[in-house]
Amino acid sequence: VRPSLQDLRQQASIAAKVFVQRDYTTGTICQFQTKFPSELETRIDKQQFEETIRTLNNLYAEAEKLGGRSYLEGCLACVTAYTIFLCMETHYEKVLKKIAKYIQEQNDKIYAPRGLLLTDPIERGLRVVEITIFEDQSNGRIEGR
Amino acid sequence: MKNCEYRQIEPQGLGTPNAAPPPPAGANDADTRAKRRRKWEVFPGKNRFYCDGRIMVARQSGVLPLTLGLIVLTSCLFFVFDCPFLVEHVTSCIPAIGGALFAFVIISLLQTSFRDPGILPRATADEAAYTEKQIDDSASSSYRPPPRTLEVIINQQVVKLKYCFTCKMFRPPRTSHCSLCDNCVERFDHHCPWVGNCVGKRNYRFFYAFIVSLSFLTAFIFGCVTTHLTLRTFPLTPSCTALELIVCFFSVWSILGLSGFHTYLVASNLTTNEDIKGSWSGNSGVQNTVNPYSYNNIFANCCAVLCAPLPPSLIDRRGFLPTQESPPAAQPQVELPVFVGKSDLTVV
Repeated sequence: VRPSLQDLRQQASIAAKVFVQRDYTTGTICQFQTKFPSELETRIDKQQFEETIRTLNNLYAEAEKLGGRSYLEGCLACVTAYTIFLCMETHYEKVLKKIAKYIQEQNDKIYAPRGLLLTDPIERGLRVVEITIFEDQSNGRIEGR
Repeated sequence: MKNCEYRQIEPQGLGTPNAAPPPPAGANDADTRAKRRRKWEVFPGKNRFYCDGRIMVARQSGVLPLTLGLIVLTSCLFFVFDCPFLVEHVTSCIPAIGGALFAFVIISLLQTSFRDPGILPRATADEAAYTEKQIDDSASSSYRPPPRTLEVIINQQVVKLKYCFTCKMFRPPRTSHCSLCDNCVERFDHHCPWVGNCVGKRNYRFFYAFIVSLSFLTAFIFGCVTTHLTLRTFPLTPSCTALELIVCFFSVWSILGLSGFHTYLVASNLTTNEDIKGSWSGNSGVQNTVNPYSYNNIFANCCAVLCAPLPPSLIDRRGFLPTQESPPAAQPQVELPVFVGKSDLTVV
């Protein structure tokens, strides 16, 4: 049970949403732009935000990494006609679980106390990192757009 | 007013991917569980789902039954009429090799047909609104790019991303919208009527395995049938063998050709779509276009296309629709994606 997140979800109303887009400069690999959205300026540090996005980018790069391990997994899968994944998780799925845990942890520690909520990109088709900005309840005035 | 727009998304619709949303207060738990619908039931694309969302095919299954029928029929005729003769006169390995090839072909075909090819879920209402706002903002500045395209630089190559009006988002690079399935598919290769599905990022390797193994199978059967006819002492040609010969003769050339073409595509890290449109061969009139996705090394390209980690399905077809507690806001468009907790979709 996470009291601050529960509070947000049940009591606060949404002021705005920001969508951090994908960064395609290195190809089709899943990476997000580290550009700091102006809507978040009043809520969170630029460094903090960039740190979160950069960690996410590193995790996604790890998921899609081509290397000895992924080739081994691919060969094993081919030989067993992909039935091996009925009992075993793919490397990608393992990393996605890691990412989900990281996002939850970031929400609990950093974003929820500031009235923000990160949505796991997998729920948006790995296209955007959706950041929900909740109304600032502390001094009774509405912040954000 | 902006606040009204955003209130359509309920906070309890967000959350960790696998956490089941709590049932509405006061509702019977058993009823809720029994009636909660899965996301595949409200999927906006033209796909059909079987086994409670585990298997998916395009709505028009095309000639998949014909493909399966032809392969199974020809192989059965081969095993029944040619194998006994060849086991006697040549070697007993023949049915074993034929059987292994046949199994591999069928498994690859089913993997290609029933998998999600890499469908991108449609944009949520908020995301679509945000994108529209970005387009309007950029259009008001002095430099006016062509409407509904976005230019990005990938590995020092300029790539234009198009806006998809159906899915309400800018398509990622190499993604194309299949009109037959009404979905945007990542790394879209082509829609194959023979397998009854699109061929995209998640099933291209199975498609390639299918056509390569099918080439081997048809060549193998063709060779065996020819051997059989040559070795047969009496002049009567069984009609079944003649049928196999005809089917294999026509199949071998077309499928071998297709395998060769796709081997070229794999080695250069291209899709059929890009090759046909001539995106990187300079046909569009721009000089010095190179494929920005190629590793410029045949081995690296093959590994990247065929042996890369298989990404999971993005449409989460077996996930449950989030349940709603509050009364619905007005939902004018029907084609909004399912991740928004639309209360007209929840069952009560």
